[in-house]
Amino acid sequence: MLLISCPWCGPRDETEYHYGGQAHVAYPHSPADLDDRQWAEYVFYRDNTKGPFAERWMHSTGCRRWFNVLRDTVTNEVLAAYRIGEPRPEPQQAAAHAAAQAVAHAGGER
Amino acid sequence: MTTESLPEHPDWLWRNPEPRSSYDVIIVGAGGHGLATAYYLAKVHGITNVAVLEKGWLAGGNMARNTTIIRSNYLWDESAAIYEHALKLWEQLPEELDYDFLFSQRGVLNLAHTLQDVRESVRRVNANKLNGVDAEWLEPDEVAKVCPILNVSSDTRYPVLGATYQPRAGIAKHDHVAWALARRADEMGVDLIQGCEVTGFVKDGNRVVGVETNRGRINAGRVALAAAGHSSVLAEKAGIRLPIQSHPLQALVSELHEPVHPTVVMSNHVHVYVSQAHKGELVMGAGVDSYNGYGQRGSFHVIEHQMAAAVELFPIFARAHVLRTWGGIVDTTPDASPIISTTEVENLYVNCGWGTGGFKGTPAAGWTFAHTIATGEPHALNAPFALDRFTTGALIDEHGAAAVAH
Repeated sequence: MLLISCPWCGPRDETEYHYGGQAHVAYPHSPADLDDRQWAEYVFYRDNTKGPFAERWMHSTGCRRWFNVLRDTVTNEVLAAYRIGEPRPEPQQAAAHAAAQAVAHAGGER
Repeated sequence: MTTESLPEHPDWLWRNPEPRSSYDVIIVGAGGHGLATAYYLAKVHGITNVAVLEKGWLAGGNMARNTTIIRSNYLWDESAAIYEHALKLWEQLPEELDYDFLFSQRGVLNLAHTLQDVRESVRRVNANKLNGVDAEWLEPDEVAKVCPILNVSSDTRYPVLGATYQPRAGIAKHDHVAWALARRADEMGVDLIQGCEVTGFVKDGNRVVGVETNRGRINAGRVALAAAGHSSVLAEKAGIRLPIQSHPLQALVSELHEPVHPTVVMSNHVHVYVSQAHKGELVMGAGVDSYNGYGQRGSFHVIEHQMAAAVELFPIFARAHVLRTWGGIVDTTPDASPIISTTEVENLYVNCGWGTGGFKGTPAAGWTFAHTIATGEPHALNAPFALDRFTTGALIDEHGAAAVAH
């Protein structure tokens, strides 16, 4: 069971969330200009990273908001959770952030 | 205690050769599909200067982790053709390979729990019959006759409203299947090389001419990927992208029991499938974990959900215990159908995307992939399963018949 920190609600069990696949996939800038190959890329092709992977999750039994998570797909370590619109953190920076958050939560509201 | 008191080691089923500097064909991945491909390359096409490279040990990935179900009751013509070809090959392989790998045609029930399930199931039975696949629709009382321990009463959360039944479906002993294929491929001259990880590809322009490995460079006329969950990782090293997402898929077994379960039962709706192995373990699989993963493990709540479903369907299972659980990495595609294809890189071929259903397809994957590698063109059976279907839109949507939610 993954423990994921919703940027609004804090750490909750994986069962409160729904998965949304790769994050930061932008809708095509000029859809009418895409050829079939480019549409295939947009519709069917996603990164399948082994290691730190930026992905979308939705807090479906909580605040019902989408957000992004940086997770290592081998170890399942959650390196960062951040709001939609924020840039993808670098793994090292994310690890430091996750450690700081853990300290804050340990001494905080829970 | 001395070593003299130990019995002699039995004959090895295959050699463990050092890699040579060059082969006509290199297959990456010595799982069931890689081994079947090597076997048919040698047997059908006479190509024996072949190496199968395996980063771990032979058949230690999904071939060691699946729930061994074999069936061909898929919806679409293209799928029925390739899976039924696989089933026909399964029926002749024990004799052909001279190895009794406990292929047991004990039938499979695919349960329907909702009106929509019933409609889809009856449609699939009709499609199967038109494609020459043995299939029947059974009402709940007929389901109970096939599998008496199944609870078909209306007093459950998701009552059994009926089931599709394929009598020729069944199970086989997965490890023995791999060993049987490995032995024959080895006898025909194929080098099975374990502990040899492909770390890169050697290209001459847009043509692949070899692979880099942890044991040095090996040249090859053709390179064929059969790496299941790691297909994307390898393809990326070769400079191509695949429409695949790798997910954990979990399974578990109970302790050993007397034979109680005469068939195979699958339920897409409540996410469990169950058979009883020859030695007596109840073997159960779940749906995939939702997230991408390469860790060969999944989340506990998925197992909990699968066991809840199993116990409701089979009340006597409440007294069984989980002996062990494990996970494999399955390579899922957008249409839940496999990819057996040429690629945009010359002389590079891919067999992947079998997702949750690779074991049953083993012989047909090998048969069609060997043909594709040997001739440079797909066999009629795998032509519809080419990579270009994601560009043309000619998808083969088997999410219904794949029977594992993902």
